[in-house]
Amino acid sequence: MTTILEMRDITKTFPGVKALSNVNLSVEEGEIHAVVGENGAGKSTLMKVLSGVYPAGTYDGQIIFQGQECQFKGIQDSEHKGIVIIHQELALVPMLSIAENIFLGNEHAKFGVIDWDANEARTGALLKKVGLKEDPKTLITNIGVGKQQLVEIAKALSKDVKLLILDEPTASLSEKDSQALLDLLLEFKRQGMTSILISHKLNEINRVADKVTVIRDGRTIETLAKKDISEDRIITSMVGRSLDDRYPPREPKIGEVVFEVKNWSVYHPLHAERQVIKGIDINVRKGEVVGIAGLMGAGRTEFAMSLFGRSYGRRISGEVLLKGKPVDVSSVSKAVQHGIAYVTEDRKTYGLNLIDHIKHNITLANLGGVSRHGVIDDLRELSIANDYRKKTNIRASSVYQMTGNLSGGNQQKVVLSKWLFADPEVLILDEPTRGIDVGAKYEIYTIIARLASEGRAIVVISSEMPELLGISDRIYVMNEGRMVGEMPAADASQEKIMRAIVRGEGKAA
Amino acid sequence: MSTESAPAPQGNAAEEQRPRFAVSALTTNLREYGLIIALIVIMLFFQFTTSGTLFKPVNLSNLVQQNSFIIVMALGMLLVIVAGHIDLSVGSVAGFIGALAANMMVIWQLGPLSNPLVVAIVCLIVGGLIGAAQGYWIAYHRIPSFIVTLAGMLIFRGICQALLGGGSSVGPLPDDFKMLSSGFIPDVIGPLTLIPPTVNAAGKTIMGSGLTLHMTTVVLGLIAVLAFAYFGVRTRRKRERHGYEAEPFTLFVVKTLVASALALFLVYEFASYRGLPVVLLVMGVLISLFVFVTKRMTIGRRIYAMGGNAKAAQLSGINTERLTLLVFVNMGVLSALGGLIIAARLGQAVPAAGLGSELDVIAAVFIGGASAMGGVGQVIGAVVGGFIMGVMNNGMSIMGVNVDWQQVVKGLVLLGAVIFDVYNKNKA
Repeated sequence: MTTILEMRDITKTFPGVKALSNVNLSVEEGEIHAVVGENGAGKSTLMKVLSGVYPAGTYDGQIIFQGQECQFKGIQDSEHKGIVIIHQELALVPMLSIAENIFLGNEHAKFGVIDWDANEARTGALLKKVGLKEDPKTLITNIGVGKQQLVEIAKALSKDVKLLILDEPTASLSEKDSQALLDLLLEFKRQGMTSILISHKLNEINRVADKVTVIRDGRTIETLAKKDISEDRIITSMVGRSLDDRYPPREPKIGEVVFEVKNWSVYHPLHAERQVIKGIDINVRKGEVVGIAGLMGAGRTEFAMSLFGRSYGRRISGEVLLKGKPVDVSSVSKAVQHGIAYVTEDRKTYGLNLIDHIKHNITLANLGGVSRHGVIDDLRELSIANDYRKKTNIRASSVYQMTGNLSGGNQQKVVLSKWLFADPEVLILDEPTRGIDVGAKYEIYTIIARLASEGRAIVVISSEMPELLGISDRIYVMNEGRMVGEMPAADASQEKIMRAIVRGEGKAA
Repeated sequence: MSTESAPAPQGNAAEEQRPRFAVSALTTNLREYGLIIALIVIMLFFQFTTSGTLFKPVNLSNLVQQNSFIIVMALGMLLVIVAGHIDLSVGSVAGFIGALAANMMVIWQLGPLSNPLVVAIVCLIVGGLIGAAQGYWIAYHRIPSFIVTLAGMLIFRGICQALLGGGSSVGPLPDDFKMLSSGFIPDVIGPLTLIPPTVNAAGKTIMGSGLTLHMTTVVLGLIAVLAFAYFGVRTRRKRERHGYEAEPFTLFVVKTLVASALALFLVYEFASYRGLPVVLLVMGVLISLFVFVTKRMTIGRRIYAMGGNAKAAQLSGINTERLTLLVFVNMGVLSALGGLIIAARLGQAVPAAGLGSELDVIAAVFIGGASAMGGVGQVIGAVVGGFIMGVMNNGMSIMGVNVDWQQVVKGLVLLGAVIFDVYNKNKA
């Protein structure tokens, strides 16, 4: 076998963060090579370097493909060489047909006039290859996610692909569709195609991969051959990092149960038959920090947002109890009135008014606290904004700085301040440190610790397991819309959490 | 993987903050007043090209009476645009309300219901209902406002014409009603003659000679100016007492003096003619109300937040649907008021009343610096934008510029103003 791809000493830095450092990846022709690692380990960044999303010159290191050193300036260059990447979020145009999507930007045409017969005939052939029985004229919006994934693969095949990269292809697929997809990958392998499979799901990797490369903290840890692949080995390799004092010390003072959720179920807002949250029960005590662990797509954000004023999903059922009494959380304002706050994982889309300044953002969720009969007390608002700016250490020239011009860490502190001013009893934090540098992370942890010591009940959703272990008192493990494990943080370890997730895998249909 | 944007400038606070504050206060204020300066420059330009006609008291009164309905509707449109929407129906709604009012007062003989005041109140309520009907589809069914109000524009223009029985007009309207547009406030104090008018050989006074001041207008003007200065000083004191930096003192004094001088000049102009037009008083009250609502009230703040990021506003507990509905109800009421003002000025209801005025209203708001993306815009900006349009209409008409070319010029001014805004924003 010959080596088709070699990536040597790839280093990629973003302002303030080293995302990849000296990563090496070597792929043999005709194999399925799995790349695994935690969220944020650098897998996607590595693939973006390979496919030219980050053009040559913005990273250090060499890419050698089919014996030639390559300097991709954009995604067209890498596709020209036969490297095609299928992203986790599908990039199909919903209101166009399968055929139109497959040949988008690459239509069979003469002088700009499209030859529809040729396009559809070729689409038919491609769909056969991926085993999709659909009319090429069917609109993308009318087929399920599993089939859309196959259309993406057919699109890749239309480009004369030599190396197919799939970024978590089964993340949003049902068990059956996932199996079909993996079978297809094995079929391609028999035909001699090379693929890179990025995945969290160790059972899938066990089934199809010839080799596994583990990445952690932006470094290659090891590459395992087929015979060495085992769940234990991979898990140890994925999470084996030391916990130093990246977390502020705290002495939890835990009281009675404040917040309880019973038998919470939610259906997908668009696909009415898909149940996203499947009967979840949790409880949180006064002064306690409860972590919810899980992989991307486990349904943690959906769970939290559906709790917070039904901001996600349909046909929501279940009960929310505050201090033992059932409460109505059917709208955001009702949830806020009952003292529940949710700090979003996506602060730019859901958290901040980016074209307004810090002061106005901080008071938005509790305008009643700075006004009388609907008239805002300007000075009171200003002093409160300055107060929180000091408390949460927001670095800005003044509270009149636009939030859109702040760094991620400072934006997060503004969102936190907004909810602190609303004075909640239960605070749900969704990925509170995503996209934030290490120093700011510590500050956020400190704020969380202080809030808990003030007697609030805190729920932290995070994909970073060390973070959860470092700041939580108790950890729930969530997978595919269910709670699959619960453990005191003192007994928890990354291995235990990972095991709970992996064991829970495949239980759901 | 992290996509941390460049860390914020960590400008070491304390010593750097003070001088920078002064500079930034000056530049932001300059930008804010740039528009007013533009209006003044345009007015001086036309004053020169019309050889002094523009600033004649009678012309200023006309200018206010001709453009007041645009400015009244621009107040509502500002909120609509800040909320991230648009309303194309305002001209048609105004036309329809004018027709409704005229029919109620002249044709239908409704007894006490034909009283002008009752008619006005009914019409404002009908306007609010129209706004609610349109806002309902926009807020609760997420139908784009452009489409809903485009439909409204066709529907209400059609009903307006039908009410007027095809192409005819309905009038004349009662004099009491016409007061709304062409009336002046009564001089309860009594006139003050400074220079007696010249009397000609026949013993008749010559029009426009002499100088008599409408004292009620003068007194009202002085009270307004003093109140403005008093509240300015009070706010400043309060800020300083709480240890916050106010704008530089000299800037404050200059600002207050210039604004007061301009106001007193206008007061003098109106007082030397027939006094304060009723419609200017109505407009002034509305402008003050909307400035207060947008700057100081929670509902105003919520509208800006919704326009800036509707999802974030919703997740902060703001009922964005109801708020959108209210914004359109408000727009409907103000469109109705605009329709009444138009009818009162013409003294009759005509099928073409308010035709195309939605575009003038929207232009006024955008010239005033509002963003088409929502979340940005000021009441004073929209008002000044409205006056810029009005002064250009008036000035070019006096100059005898062909109506066709007037449109070209207005279009260029609108485009220029928005380009200037975008350019400034990108530079900042």
